[in-house]
Amino acid sequence: MPAITFKDLTLGYDRHPAVHHLDAVISSGSLTAVVGPNGAGKSTLLKGMVGALAPLEGSITHARDRIAYLPQQAEIDRTFPLPVRDLVAMGLWAEFGAFGRLRPAHADRIAAALSAVGLTGFERRSIAALSGGQMQRVLFARLLLQEADVILLDEPFTAIDAKTAADLMQIVHRWHRDGRTVVAVLHDLDAVRAHFPETLVIARELVAHGPTEQVLTAENLFRARQMCEAFDENAAVCLPETRGAA
Amino acid sequence: MIDALIAPFVDFAFMRRALLGCIAISVGAVPVGVFLMLRRMSLTGDAMAHAILPGAAVGFLVSGLSLGAMTIGGLVAGMAVALLSGFVTRVTALKEDASMAAFYLISLAAGVMIVSTQGSNVDLLHVLFGTVLALNNDALILLCSITTITWFTLAVLFRPLILECADPHFLRSVSTLSAVTHFAFLALVVLNLVAGFQALGTLMSVGLMILPAAAARFWATGIGGMVGVAIVAAIVSSATGLLLSYHYSLPSGPAIILVAGAIYAASVVFGRHGSLMARYLPRPHLAS
Repeated sequence: MPAITFKDLTLGYDRHPAVHHLDAVISSGSLTAVVGPNGAGKSTLLKGMVGALAPLEGSITHARDRIAYLPQQAEIDRTFPLPVRDLVAMGLWAEFGAFGRLRPAHADRIAAALSAVGLTGFERRSIAALSGGQMQRVLFARLLLQEADVILLDEPFTAIDAKTAADLMQIVHRWHRDGRTVVAVLHDLDAVRAHFPETLVIARELVAHGPTEQVLTAENLFRARQMCEAFDENAAVCLPETRGAA
Repeated sequence: MIDALIAPFVDFAFMRRALLGCIAISVGAVPVGVFLMLRRMSLTGDAMAHAILPGAAVGFLVSGLSLGAMTIGGLVAGMAVALLSGFVTRVTALKEDASMAAFYLISLAAGVMIVSTQGSNVDLLHVLFGTVLALNNDALILLCSITTITWFTLAVLFRPLILECADPHFLRSVSTLSAVTHFAFLALVVLNLVAGFQALGTLMSVGLMILPAAAARFWATGIGGMVGVAIVAAIVSSATGLLLSYHYSLPSGPAIILVAGAIYAASVVFGRHGSLMARYLPRPHLAS
């Protein structure tokens, strides 16, 4: 069953495509790594999936699923005087909304989420006082509470120490076991091979998509590096008959 | 001594009205100022204060020194600038500071044009600097109403507003309230500036909004604490400023804001968190 379907999808900025005519299906319950060089359109693809960016052409359809999204180096104002517990509690937004009351049952789940990421005791600490790795743990705790069907992670382990990355990877596996669909942008190919059954290689256009051991080949990675060039300021309009010629 | 502090308020109704008006402004504008500061929008308050000018000026020219006309004029001009700049920010590539600056400059120029071609310099001074010692009952009711509306709105929108400040992308991913929250907050800024200009004038009213909030940043780490400290600072500034203006025949608006400025300066030097003293006379570090 497909969780997300990309159909002839083009996403981009200022009419320049960052993701170009992508056709792919992310099946429900899959654990997929998105791999590609810098500028390949990986983050753009995730933004399109959460609806933060409208397609220039084609479509993204998903089953009626709740989507949770962890952006790259989450664009959070870390100087804002917010306690860890309050930020994590926002993961329950879908349940108590903007105006609902925080009930004791919610408090227990918040404590459980903090414990799952190893941050018990940090409840009242301000987010300004956290290290980069601790902040990522906080954001994973919030993702845990969101109970989303589809979880999108943009470079979740970048600039994170090995211990933290391993701990957070366990949470990703937990989501996978629960049958949730997880899509993560990653650069560490060893981690992809070790933990992700499916891989989507893109370099603006689709390079390969399928089981990781078949997709993550030297040839595909070489092709991905070749395809990802800087865009041409004066590029012509992309028409169906000229496609592939450029 | 006590006499000098209490007598002016006991003896003169206009002093009591001025104090009540300033307390109402303090209680309403201060939480708005704290959020402006935390969102790094402190200068937005100043920009909006300028944006209100043409509306207030048109109201003044149409019906003279009429509370209703000037209030409605100020609200219309302020809301127009807030909505237009908010719209441009959200829909185009221009960032909030630039779009806000563009619209408030247009609005300010229009205001100065209207006042200088149609009115006298005395009118301009009134709109710019207000008349805290001439607040009538209607003005006091307006100020207290705006403060009540502000607290009610903040209470309802507190959670989305916190998220809109700290993690706006997350708010947009879980809720459709992002735009509503943003514009409601800008509306509160305009409302409180309009309240403030009755008493302090368009230019001074932003002072009672921002200075106590900036001072409070040095004393408290949580939002509740900051609002509390800032309200106390604003009320102390109001009372002290009014007394100074009474005893030394100073203009009251600037006196109030200068006292707030003195509190701010003291906080910069002596505050508990991140002040000059914390930096240059550090206490011994902790074991863990």
